[in-house]
Amino acid sequence: MRKLIAGLVLGTALATAPMAAQAETPKNALVMAFAIDDLITLDPAGMFEFTALEYAGNTYDRLIGFDNDDVSKIYGVVAESWDVSEDGLTFTFKIRDGIKFASGNDLTAEDAAFSLQRVVLMDQSPAFILGQFGFTADNVKDRIRATDANTLVMEVDKPYAPSFVLYCLTSGVGAVVDKELVLEHEKDGDLGAEWMKTNYAGSGPFVLNKWTPGESLSLTANEDYWDGAPAMKRVIIRNVKEAASQQLLLQKGDIDIARNLEADQLASVKGDENIKLLSKGKGALWYLGLSQKNEFLSKPEVREALKYLVDYDGITETIMAGRAQTHQAFLPEGFLGAYNENPYSLDIEKAKSLLADAGLADGFKVTMDTRNTTAVMSMAQSIQATWAQAGINLEIIPGDNKQTLTKYRARQHDIYIGRWGPDYQDPHTNASTFAWNPDNSDDASAKPLAWRNSWNPGDMTAEVDKAILERDGEKRAAMYVDLQKKVLENGPFVIMFQETEIAAMRDNVNNFVLGPSFDNNYYRFVTKD
Amino acid sequence: MTAATRKSRDGRTRARLFSSTGASLVRIASSLAITFFGLLLVTFLIGRVLPIDPVLAAVGDHASEQVYERVKEEMGLNLPLWQQFFVYISNVVQGDFGTSVLTSNPVLEDIKRVFPATLELATLATIIGVFLGVPAGVFAAINKGKWPDHIVRIIGLAGYSMPIFWLGLMGLLVFYLKLDWVAGPGRLDAFYVDFIEPTTGLMLIDTLIEGDMDLFWNAVSHIILPASILAYFSLAYIARMTRSFMLEQLSQEYILTARVKGISETRIIWHHALGNVMVPLVTVIALSYANLLEGSVLTEIIFAWPGLGLYITNSLLNADMNAVLGGTVVVGAVFIGVNMLSDVLYRLLDPRARR
Repeated sequence: MRKLIAGLVLGTALATAPMAAQAETPKNALVMAFAIDDLITLDPAGMFEFTALEYAGNTYDRLIGFDNDDVSKIYGVVAESWDVSEDGLTFTFKIRDGIKFASGNDLTAEDAAFSLQRVVLMDQSPAFILGQFGFTADNVKDRIRATDANTLVMEVDKPYAPSFVLYCLTSGVGAVVDKELVLEHEKDGDLGAEWMKTNYAGSGPFVLNKWTPGESLSLTANEDYWDGAPAMKRVIIRNVKEAASQQLLLQKGDIDIARNLEADQLASVKGDENIKLLSKGKGALWYLGLSQKNEFLSKPEVREALKYLVDYDGITETIMAGRAQTHQAFLPEGFLGAYNENPYSLDIEKAKSLLADAGLADGFKVTMDTRNTTAVMSMAQSIQATWAQAGINLEIIPGDNKQTLTKYRARQHDIYIGRWGPDYQDPHTNASTFAWNPDNSDDASAKPLAWRNSWNPGDMTAEVDKAILERDGEKRAAMYVDLQKKVLENGPFVIMFQETEIAAMRDNVNNFVLGPSFDNNYYRFVTKD
Repeated sequence: MTAATRKSRDGRTRARLFSSTGASLVRIASSLAITFFGLLLVTFLIGRVLPIDPVLAAVGDHASEQVYERVKEEMGLNLPLWQQFFVYISNVVQGDFGTSVLTSNPVLEDIKRVFPATLELATLATIIGVFLGVPAGVFAAINKGKWPDHIVRIIGLAGYSMPIFWLGLMGLLVFYLKLDWVAGPGRLDAFYVDFIEPTTGLMLIDTLIEGDMDLFWNAVSHIILPASILAYFSLAYIARMTRSFMLEQLSQEYILTARVKGISETRIIWHHALGNVMVPLVTVIALSYANLLEGSVLTEIIFAWPGLGLYITNSLLNADMNAVLGGTVVVGAVFIGVNMLSDVLYRLLDPRARR
């Protein structure tokens, strides 16, 4: 039967037999398959999605960078050096000489000031990263300014920990855009927003060649890059959603790197001598959010019991196949002050006795909103199975990402299984969402994850606010460790795993860099044998 | 009868024929307009009733409440539902389906970009399907109950019951990975993706316009497998329908008469019977073509084929409602259009349908 079908398809294929595809990609081009349909804007002032940030990390220079292997080492990129005033309110950056934009314009402090002002004035999704330092549309032009071609001055509203301010500038909002070029394309005072969504005005190691939404993204090397031209003259990223298709392309050598292989594919390429894997712990966390509106979940014993009811090892090893590691505190490994102990492991008996203490010896019934992708569903099913052993009847409600997220944001869930990615490299990003909730009412204006799960963290809110003002790095780190322990013990979050990103690549590809966030996945060092 | 009277009678018949065709065209056109309006209403309502928040798609999960509210207002989603529909209809009438959140382009522009990819794939698949399916159906009919008939039926059955997802992957595994006869996912090798500026958007034609034969053959080697796999499904349907139409014809009296007259069996089958079968077959082919235009989503996913199916699915998954509505309306319009076309063809080909 199979032969017959094959023969049928073959009949037509035969006629085309001689024109086999070219076997290898050129030596000076990097070709990747990557699910890039989250790329919705090319403007650093508006981007907030993984692919976009990776794109910007390779095409725009930022003011500040950090060492991928030790994030506590912060260094200047566009900013050569900086000073913080005695009172902690004024940051003065010296802008590096000799950087040119792809347009040929010189990069000056004026461009850097404009770029930061633009983020605040446009007030798109990532604008809050700068907004939290007291910049508003009204004051930003005074508080962030170029005093001469090489000097950028930034005045913040409180004496924040300098590392907090600097880490925020390492993210996408710190990208420096070409003021002259952007303003040439301004329309109705939009600061070039419309044009920038699909165009490029940077100075990075790669330059945008062409973006076809949903299809491909292609970059070319910036031969005059101030820090050395990349070896790859072209980078082509093809949007391939299906992991199995990515695997085939990789095995065949039609692409150099496959970015989204899943457990099945990873297992099957492991034996292939032409393929190697590169993995890196990312900032994203997998967690369960337990709504405190639910009468069962609001019992402290139940929250604790659930933390003992996850098969952490089983999930990391089989379902995630190396794409996650167990991590239970709200700061991922690699962050300042991260608490890397994992006190909970699967312990059915312990959980049962905790449930009995809560008066729920016979268990209870509860629902979980689950995104219907393979990995999340499998994770949810594993949890369902272990919970059942303690008498908890978990009903999984599958939905699309946006659907479950909508419900979650409206606080209509019992349990939500989610993935949370930090917004920038400073510990405040996660502290302010897992341990901070100034107003737990339904119409609160700030809606961090603690709010979504209707949890009032009490004194922790004030502690989070205090930690960003602590200028002694060690003391500051200790404050976060303390907060993490408290959330670990009492919080309505079963934080389970930290994500690991795996890139599968051909054996001849060297020096592809994966960083702790997508901002620092770099192509510029890649060489091919 | 004189030549003159015959001529005038012919003239009258022709006039009547045209007026009746004209009237039915008006009827078709008005029912088309009503159907289209219904389509707009239904897609709009489904889009608004879905428990998905399109604002989230625009602002992302981490955005502040202020940004969220502002974007919601910009998108016009705080207006009452009837007002939203009114705005939507008046925009659509002007050819404006709004802007896609995902691509930052007007939806219509996006569709113009992605539709040719689907059109190219579906057209090639239909051509393959017709050229293999019709003879297979005829072959099965004239051998009714014998082994060729069974084979065609089994192939058809398999075509219906095999998941296209699986078949697509198997096809890639065998013809791309193992045998190296065809190229892999995508419309061109990844390395070539930005080598060609779309003129028609049809890769086979654009590469010819550019005169780049390497690229043309590369495009051919990419399209042949997904087109064959899609064709397999329309082929199964076309063969089955051809078979049953043929059987019906072959049992008619005029076939018997022809046989008695001593006309060759080949001529009877391929000329007399198939000629009559062609009329209902046009509808079958048109429907299967329309199906391919809207239903090749899975093929597009496996083969990373950036067409309309992939566009709509991706928009839906990302709550990009303008794109979903625009895409659905276009698919609906194509379906209505193809249906109307097959109706008109049917009338032109079959005199009885005009009565």
